[in-house]
Amino acid sequence: MFAYDLRLAALSLKRHPGLSALMMLAVALGIAVCTITFTVYHAMATNPIAWKGDQLYAVTVDSWDPEEPANDKQPEMPPEQLTYRDAIALKASDIPARSLVMFKSERVVDPQQSAHKAFRTIIRVTHGDFFPMFETPFLYGSGWDRDADAGPEPVIVLSKESNEKAFGGENSVGRTVRLGDNEFRVVGVLDDWEPAPKFYDLNNGNFQKGEDAFIPFLWGETLELPAVGNTNCWKSQTIESFRDFLNSECVWVQMWAELPDRETRERYQGFIDNYVRGQKTAGRLARPLNNRLFDVDAWLDFNKVVKKDNRVLIGIALLFLAVCLVNVVGLLLSKFLNGAAMTGLRRALGASRKDVIRQHMTEVLLVGLAGGVLGLLLAAAGLAGIRVIYGDNYDRYDQLTQIDPVVVLLTLGLSLLAGFVAGMYPAWRIGHTSPAVYLKTQ
Amino acid sequence: MLEMKNVGKVYRTELLETHALRDFSLSVEPGEFVAVTGPSGSGKTTFLNVTGLLESFDSGSYFLDGDDVSRLDDDARSRVRNRKIGFIFQSFNLIPDLDVRDNVEVPLRYRRMGAAERRDRVGKALDLVGLASRSRHYPSQLSGGQQQRVAIARALAGDPAILLADEPTGNLDSLMARQVMDLLEQINIMGTTIIMVTHDPELARRAHRNVQVIDGQITDFKPYEGPHAPVQLEAQAHA
Repeated sequence: MFAYDLRLAALSLKRHPGLSALMMLAVALGIAVCTITFTVYHAMATNPIAWKGDQLYAVTVDSWDPEEPANDKQPEMPPEQLTYRDAIALKASDIPARSLVMFKSERVVDPQQSAHKAFRTIIRVTHGDFFPMFETPFLYGSGWDRDADAGPEPVIVLSKESNEKAFGGENSVGRTVRLGDNEFRVVGVLDDWEPAPKFYDLNNGNFQKGEDAFIPFLWGETLELPAVGNTNCWKSQTIESFRDFLNSECVWVQMWAELPDRETRERYQGFIDNYVRGQKTAGRLARPLNNRLFDVDAWLDFNKVVKKDNRVLIGIALLFLAVCLVNVVGLLLSKFLNGAAMTGLRRALGASRKDVIRQHMTEVLLVGLAGGVLGLLLAAAGLAGIRVIYGDNYDRYDQLTQIDPVVVLLTLGLSLLAGFVAGMYPAWRIGHTSPAVYLKTQ
Repeated sequence: MLEMKNVGKVYRTELLETHALRDFSLSVEPGEFVAVTGPSGSGKTTFLNVTGLLESFDSGSYFLDGDDVSRLDDDARSRVRNRKIGFIFQSFNLIPDLDVRDNVEVPLRYRRMGAAERRDRVGKALDLVGLASRSRHYPSQLSGGQQQRVAIARALAGDPAILLADEPTGNLDSLMARQVMDLLEQINIMGTTIIMVTHDPELARRAHRNVQVIDGQITDFKPYEGPHAPVQLEAQAHA
């Protein structure tokens, strides 16, 4: 019977092509606006490492000014970054399964053994645990071990893009590049890896491009590498040397810990709190004890990766869809009542109310589905437009405006639901009309 | 076949009540051909709608083919309409998007009949009305007489207990009207009970019995003289 209903629905839509197109367009517009909004929201709200969401924790310590909070808008929260010395002290703990301290720097990479030119790179100065903790994919080689961290050994991991620039994309493991006066041996080349949002370091933008190269953390101190992310200071201090900077109360390094279970998490929280209590005794960290471990979702939430405006936009998009659907209801009602004589005839020939309602709902769902597909095409065009307009200003807009399978499924589901909602009343109305009334009008 | 006793039907609005049928009683025997006549507004159409279970009624009782159909719910009425009643309308009421074959099989679709049996029944019905060769034509490609014959095939395909015809020749010229009437007579001779509403006294005279309705009541009828003996009718090719 479904095939028959489908055929009748197609015939009915064909009978009034203009009206049918108008209904599909109304659904498509509503769906397109929702899809565009959902796509951007979905990309922003997605936890890119959800499978480890309850194991990875951003480590924070409230080391800010005793007189005022680090963030006026969220006064209960500690600063997002740590001072260098706090981070080093917390890294010393062996409670976490893995942990890392890191910051972003900048250097020229010179692929001296290759015909390619030197180029400026953004470098993440971090511990070797970075790679297994964040499960980075490798094209060649791997990260470095803890011995290399301790050395520090002159090892480097390149991004796929940097490896293209430096070595034309060849397997460069074992080859060397020069960073300033130092030679670093390539131990690994990352495959494509662009978590969105860039959860592990949300400074300078939630959807920033990933780094070009990674080197062991202690090279930061050895080479006196400047931090190019955010550096925030609350205390007036004289900083005349790199050592002064490292010992300052400025916050500029990020720290993450892998805490596989609740017990480990509680122990590590206790360790941090004890450390801070010790520092208080020594005259530092005068603010109330407020050291927090944020899992990835909480971290994204704390950093307002999804802004309130985006949530409002979702509401507006849904309202727009509702307006479109109200129009579709009107059009459907008019169409169905216009064809009521045929429905009356079918009722006379033995169709039950259920048959009539089902037949009309099939037509409505067909409108919804066609509107959904058209809406997806419009949304794809709309997102392409956004990329063209804003693509130059944001590193990651292409990723943010990619329709993924989840959004496609959601959209088609939403279109069917929209069709269903829009069609319920007209179909019910036509199903409950006395057949005799409309047979008379024939 | 059909037994109506004291059937009453009232249309109510806020301002007035219209008694479309009052104490309407009628008995139709199997194989009968009854013509229902009467002036406009006399209640003929209401009678036909009530008989065809397209409308409910307020009082009285109605038995069709031995079953009490007075107080059925909507689903049951649809089932009875589908299985026991065939309709022929003045304006043919074919579905313009469907070809002849698909039009004829509409009631069979709602009976959830299998494709093979549908094909068989549609073929026989079209043979009977002489339109087997036009099965893939659309209504717009047929003359009025041919369209009405398709409607008759549709009504017959489900093998109904009773055929209700509402001015079946009202939209046809005299030649086509005669052909359609001949066909109805032949169908009746084959054993199908027919109730036909008509304004045309000449057509009414061809029925076994005439029932005149005025103000929702039967005022006159020609006595029933017994059914024709059912005969085997060969499929005929009609022009």
